[in-house]
Amino acid sequence: MTLSPIQILVIIAAVALGTMITRFLPFFLFPDNKKRPTFVIYLGKVLPYAVIGLLVVYCLREISFSSPAGWLPEGIAILCIAILHFWRENVLLSIGVGTAVYMLLVQYVF
Amino acid sequence: MQSDNLHSPKKPADKRIKTKALKAAFPHTIPVLTGFAFLGIAYGLLMNSKGYGVGWTLLMSLFVFAGSAQYVAITFLTSVFNPLHALLMTLIINARHLFYGIAMLDRFKNTGRLKPYLIFALCDETFSVLCAKEPPAGVEKRWFMFFVALLNHTYWVAGSVTGALLGSTLSFNTKGLDFVLTALFVVIFIDQWKQQKNHAPALIGLLCSTLALVVFGADYFVIPAMIALLAGLALYRKRAEKGETL
Repeated sequence: MTLSPIQILVIIAAVALGTMITRFLPFFLFPDNKKRPTFVIYLGKVLPYAVIGLLVVYCLREISFSSPAGWLPEGIAILCIAILHFWRENVLLSIGVGTAVYMLLVQYVF
Repeated sequence: MQSDNLHSPKKPADKRIKTKALKAAFPHTIPVLTGFAFLGIAYGLLMNSKGYGVGWTLLMSLFVFAGSAQYVAITFLTSVFNPLHALLMTLIINARHLFYGIAMLDRFKNTGRLKPYLIFALCDETFSVLCAKEPPAGVEKRWFMFFVALLNHTYWVAGSVTGALLGSTLSFNTKGLDFVLTALFVVIFIDQWKQQKNHAPALIGLLCSTLALVVFGADYFVIPAMIALLAGLALYRKRAEKGETL
């Protein structure tokens, strides 16, 4: 550990503050007592679906196609999750097996 | 607000409303419990492996409650002290929360004193549960949403503390364990795909983000992706208005 306890607390406070700004800002910008632009109302309806796509890509951002090890573990694991989830629809099973497959691949195969 | 009898904890009717909401909320949080058991423990283990024990993990999970930012924050804790960099990076990583807030503006209306906590605890997983699930008839919505958020927050704190505790007694190769985050969102994406007939918003999200990633690279793509997403959704709205309403 290179940081002092005070420095650690400051870092935690900074991360907490940054997170809270991103969570509270929309509610300050568009308070309940003001009429919202129709585009914002539209966004409220479609963003839930669009943002999950962004989250998936965000998680896969480190993928690289320069070697098989850069993308095959992710590819195989996601294929397993997709097949399992369309077939059994069991969240626990899909997440558990997908993660186990990925760990086995990155630890023993690639 | 004092005249509102929901705010007086002594009335038995009030207790019943809360119990009912808690019972209705719990089943919807089971997938998150699963995810956070993995994710939280993985986080606690990672923190521990970098020399950060239970106390720090608890503080982080309690007050930040944002998985990816907390994972990245490990690098802030293991490099040169730079709180401004930590703040800016967190803003960038969590910029997607701005979209969650916009999506929740209506749902969080009239939630009274519960509202600050609902906003504080609006993580990826709580957001996705609140998007997908409505409380059954007879259950007060704001308490339902409150308990979804509170249960998820509790799982996250409990999971990460467990991981931090295990870390000091257990040696185990954690390489690849963080993939559980990806697995969780892939599963949510598939669930939403099955529920929705109109796949355009989901596809726009996926395509715009991929495009931004290819153009801007892994470290700088989130903000461009959000802008591309807004543009894509705006274009789609124009097209949808010409044909049918959404």
